[in-house]
Parts: sequence; C-alpha cells; structure tokens
Amino acid sequence: MIGWLHQHRRALGSAFVRFARSAGLLSTLVIGVALALPAGGYTLLEGLRGLSARLSFAPQISVFLRPEAKRAEADALGNLLRADRRIDRVRFVPREEALKELSAVQGVPEVIAALGRNPLPDAFVVTVKEDALEPIAADLGRLPAVGHVQADTVWARRLAALAGIGRLALWLLAALLGVGLVAVIFNTIRLQVLTQREEIEVLKLIGATDAFIRRPFYYLGLLQGLAGGVVALGIVGAGLALLNREVRTLSESYGSGFHFAFLPPGDAFAIVAFAALIGWLGAYLSVAKHLREMDPD
Amino acid sequence: MVSFSAVAKRYPGGQTALHDVSFALQSGELAFITGRSGAGKSTLLKLIPAIERPTSGSVIVNGQNVGALKRSALPYLRRNVGLVFQDQKLLYDRSVYENVMLPLTFSGQAPREAARRARAALDKVGLLARERSNPIQLSGGEQQRVAIARAVVNRPALLLADEPTANLDAESAARVIEIFVAFNQVGVTVLIATHDQALVERFGGQILHLEDGRLQ
Repeated sequence: MIGWLHQHRRALGSAFVRFARSAGLLSTLVIGVALALPAGGYTLLEGLRGLSARLSFAPQISVFLRPEAKRAEADALGNLLRADRRIDRVRFVPREEALKELSAVQGVPEVIAALGRNPLPDAFVVTVKEDALEPIAADLGRLPAVGHVQADTVWARRLAALAGIGRLALWLLAALLGVGLVAVIFNTIRLQVLTQREEIEVLKLIGATDAFIRRPFYYLGLLQGLAGGVVALGIVGAGLALLNREVRTLSESYGSGFHFAFLPPGDAFAIVAFAALIGWLGAYLSVAKHLREMDPD
Repeated sequence: MVSFSAVAKRYPGGQTALHDVSFALQSGELAFITGRSGAGKSTLLKLIPAIERPTSGSVIVNGQNVGALKRSALPYLRRNVGLVFQDQKLLYDRSVYENVMLPLTFSGQAPREAARRARAALDKVGLLARERSNPIQLSGGEQQRVAIARAVVNRPALLLADEPTANLDAESAARVIEIFVAFNQVGVTVLIATHDQALVERFGGQILHLEDGRLQ
C-alpha cells in the first residue's frame, strides 16, 4: 500500500516536472482559451436568465373590452370568465384605474389631456390554469363585448425559448471544443512519449508494468486539463470584470443594479473537472496507442 | 533454470536467426554463448526475457514457458532476469544512482530499503563513489558496470549479458567479467554472449557455440 502510494507520488512528481518543462504550458493555454468561450457564454446566459426571471412567466391573458361597452356588459363578461373552468383567477381593471396607472408614467398625462377623454377600455387580467394560452385567448376573443385579447407572456416565453436555444448551442460548442481539446492533449502526450522513448524502452526491458509507465502521462494530461480549466475561469473572470464596468453604467441609467455575476462555485468546479477529464482522456487515448508501438518484441 | 527445446526463430521476411536450438542451463551455472556476429547470439538471449518470441519450440525459464506468456505477465518475468546490453542503455538525463534505482521504483520496495540496495549494488561494481555523476562522465567500462549494478539491483536469479565487453579495452573487459563471475559465485545463474574466445577459455563453464543459428 505504501509502495503503491509512493509510486503514485513519484508519477505525479515526474508529471509536474514534465509539465513545467515542456509544451504543457502551451496546451494549457489552448485549453483555457477554448473553454473560456462556452464558459463565458454560459455565464452571460445565466446572468440574463437571472434578469428575465424577474419578468412574469405566469400564464396571463389581458382581455380588453370594446371602448363603448357598458359597465353592465363588463360585469356579465366577468361572470362568464369566472365560470370558465380553465381560468384560475380573474382581476377586473376598470378604465379609470388603468388611466391612473398610465398617468404615473412621465409625459402621458399631457397626451391624455390633449385627447380630452379616457382612451382606455375596461379590462380583465386573467390567469389561466393551463399552459395553452393561445387557444384560450382565441376563445375569449369570441365572447361578447370583447374588443381585444392579448397573451401578455408570449414574448417572455419566446425570450425563454431563445435562451434555451442559446444554451443548447453552448452545449454543442462545448462538446465540439471538448473533442478538439482531446485531440490537442493526444498530440501533446504523443510528443512527450516520443521525447521519453528511450526511458520507456529501458523501463519495459527491466520489468516495469504498463500501468507504471503510463501513470506519469495520465497525470501530465490531467494536470494540463486542470490548469487549462483554471485558465478558462481566469479568462471568464477578467472578461466579466471588463464587461461589468460598461454594464453597470448602462444598468444604473435604468435605475437597476444589474451586473453579470461570476459562475457559482458548483459550475466553476464543473468546468475545471470537465477540463481535467478532457486532459486525462486525451492522455489515455494517446498512451494506449503509442506505448504499444514501442514494445521491444 | 533455462531450457530451450527445438527452438527456431524466423523473422518476418524469411531470415532465420535460430534453427532447432536445444540446451539446458542449470541453476547457478556460468555459461557462454559464442559465435561470429550474426550467428544468433543476441536472438537467443532475447528469447529468455521474451523480448522476442520463438517461432517454434519452447523456451522454459524457471518452469514457465515464456514464449506463451501473456503480455501482462512479462514485467514480472523480466524483474527476475537481469539484462546487460552491449550499449548499456543507461539514461543520460539522470545520475548513476538514479539509473540503478530505476528497477526499484516499481518493484514495491520501501524507499529506504531501495536506496540501501541501490548503494549496495553500486558498491559491488566499485562505483559507489560515482553515484552522483552523470553516466556520460564515466568511461565505457564504468558505464558497463553501472548497467550491471542496475541489472542486479532487484537480485535476479538469472543474469544475461549481450557482448558486455565488446567496446572495452582488455583491462576494463576483465574487470567487467570478474564482476559477473563474482555474482555467479554467490549463486546467480549467468549467461554471457561474447565473441571473445580468450575470455571464454579463461573462465570455462558451458559453452554454447552458434554458427548460422545452429548450436555446434
């Protein structure tokens, strides 16, 4: 057991030496830059998702009455809506209240004064139980006294769908880059195997097992991956810091404190672990292929 | 310890290195393989630690048919067979001491015991004082002695040497051979391939003379 630990320590130590001496640093940089792309994209997307989470995704429909509709017609419609089993909650917004809300927005009172009358109709804000907003909205549109129906959250849902597509694209990008990076490590380790060819041949002749010979290369790949993951996080962090300087100026002008947050620890760890896995896999494949070719027999 | 029966080795391309070679080597024996270069001496030696596999016939080492061993079993066979090559195969990116330590790094010894054994092996070949040197700083004879120290550091029962004195002057060659003889005297089976007839006559023992791949 102690001998086994000692062997691992030795393999790790020699991997560190090779890493510091060789082209390990270069491939680390390649991994770092390549992984910074999906990692950075993911960070931005998560930031935007945090922003859009503040928007309502509740399945709401606004039902506007015709401007000339009487309050009695509104009450009748309200009863119809409350009777609909697909509908969860109904809130009546009288035209006076709507006008008051709108008047709070700067510049609007002048416009309304110019009109000389309340241009807003009575309205109902309806929260439906089901997800299928559009068919319900179409049904409501056919009810008496209804002038216009609007499914408010459709655009927010489109945004969410768009973000979903963005996330999928990032996953694809990460997968593609992952394959590319495995190839990069494969090649780095191949060069290292060739550099140590003499040592490997001697080790085989004096009775080293394949596992013993391979171990330092696995550690070397793992180290390159780990370091690459850390470099990727560094790049993302630096990029965010730059970006946030501009974003803060913009969001303060909207009275919001929004800025892009760095990845949560779990995600950051996952990125480094992914990079380490890539490094190990590249080394594993490379060593499996190239050490066989060096058999003395 | 070692027995060959009807061993033949043909290389891809049709060249035949060994024809119908049979012999046995008892435990504790000192034996020589002689013959001109190209007679098959190196091939014969390489069959023992399964660096090469026989085309036909069987090579038995310590009761194991090494020609049929699985790849994964080879390291354990080779740890019990010390190998010395004409071109020492030392690693020049590390010290003499580290070269001798190499077989102990994977054989599971505790570090302190390994260090003790490496120094003992260097002491036996008379190079303890040079443990910190790089092999490149040593003479050919000294390098060959480092190679011997590396071959015996795991205390193998069998020591094989392929032309260990070929590139050495007479004095260094005698020194190297004396070391082999000393190991033989403490019970190690030693098999040396050489074309140096004078050497063989001086030390005697079983002589396997090869001509064009056949034992004479």
